[in-house]
Amino acid sequence: MRWLIDNFSVVVDLTKTHLYLALVPLLIGLLIAVPVGTAIRGASWLRKITLIVAGIAFTIPSLALFVTIPSVVGLQILDPLNVVIALTIYSTALLIRAVPEALDSVPADVVDSATAMGFTRLRRALTVELPLALPVLVANVRVVAVTNISLVSVGSLIGIGGLGTLFTQGYQRDYPDQILAGIIAIVVLALAFDLLLFLVGRALTPWTRQQKVRRTPLVAGQSAAPAAGEAS
Amino acid sequence: MNIFGGAWEYIVDPGNWSGSTGIGARILEHLWYSFLAVALSAVVAVPIGLIIGHLRKGDVVVVGLVNALRSLPTLGLLTFLVLLLGLGLIPPILALVILGIPPVLAGTYAGVANVDRTVVDAARAMGMTEWQVLTRVEAPNALPLMLGGLRNATLQIIATATVAAYVNLGGLGRYIFDGLALRQYDRVLVGALLVTILALVVDGLLALAVWASVPGTGRLRRNPSAEQIAERAS
Repeated sequence: MRWLIDNFSVVVDLTKTHLYLALVPLLIGLLIAVPVGTAIRGASWLRKITLIVAGIAFTIPSLALFVTIPSVVGLQILDPLNVVIALTIYSTALLIRAVPEALDSVPADVVDSATAMGFTRLRRALTVELPLALPVLVANVRVVAVTNISLVSVGSLIGIGGLGTLFTQGYQRDYPDQILAGIIAIVVLALAFDLLLFLVGRALTPWTRQQKVRRTPLVAGQSAAPAAGEAS
Repeated sequence: MNIFGGAWEYIVDPGNWSGSTGIGARILEHLWYSFLAVALSAVVAVPIGLIIGHLRKGDVVVVGLVNALRSLPTLGLLTFLVLLLGLGLIPPILALVILGIPPVLAGTYAGVANVDRTVVDAARAMGMTEWQVLTRVEAPNALPLMLGGLRNATLQIIATATVAAYVNLGGLGRYIFDGLALRQYDRVLVGALLVTILALVVDGLLALAVWASVPGTGRLRRNPSAEQIAERAS
């Protein structure tokens, strides 16, 4: 713990790099997966192919991907862009599966109502389906964020910054305190970000909370016996 | 692309497969570490998941535990445990076990907790003891989700066992780290390609196992042939 306190500014600097390397891929992944995921939902064969490709992409071990991308793209092995590209592939693979699933969670009658009211497909997708799909989508975004924050540390094995540097340095210097500082920083970062996304998700979907509050008195008014039984 | 050709030539050369540091031995090492870690995480996580799922009360505990464990960086854990316990098989396996516990626990818990309430109540009404309800009704019905969790754990462990080579362990990660140290990037690719193929093959086999474990006859139901339809009609 003392190392963490003594070198706090170093840890803060590494945290910034770490966050950048973890979150840029998440954003790019969202920018790709939301439109593509929405578009492929209708065509079941496209959706199946996407599922298979995404499954294979996610099966590639992170270290293997980190070291393969430089040869494919033609970058230097120490370029941080390698990690960004690799994590973008993972984020997109996870999210492109999640977007159609999230859209499936939207009740069909709501979608039908929107169509009946004359919404165009685009307007229906943007103002009805995507907002109602948010709870499932946010849950998946949280998983991707935590996974990315954890995976960036593997990048230190090929010499790319972030908090993982504390692991490789601490290991080479035989200094467990430094490694512990890195573990604490990453866990705190992951949990903090997870909580932040949870709160953002809650703020964006106020109706998910109102429903629960409203339902209880309604049930109690209609049939007193089961409600009383539940309360006891 | 030349570098890929070099890596591929290395892989298909039979001379590189034999011997104690050949590709064959490295794959076996990799599978051995992975099997050990998956088995140990199952030994720890399955009973806990079964009990909490049976009681249907530990939702918050399981989710919290799984999330906290999931955010632990394995590389940090690995290097920390090696410095603490010394080199050898135990620290890396321990790190991999901690990596494998969350998916197995989540899968087992979700599998048991999601068994249809009425099915469980029916089993109780027929006079089954709690142990019988768990082992004869809940566990078989939970099998697909449990195996799904095991599949996730196996995939993550095979991927991360590569990292174990960083702390002087064998396995396919050796090619990656030796190649990086010598700046022989075709050798690095050999490791990357082999571990990717291994992960894909094992994951495919486990997907089959998950599919075969779905209880009931639903998975065997196919589109009836013309003959069957004729038979039924008559």
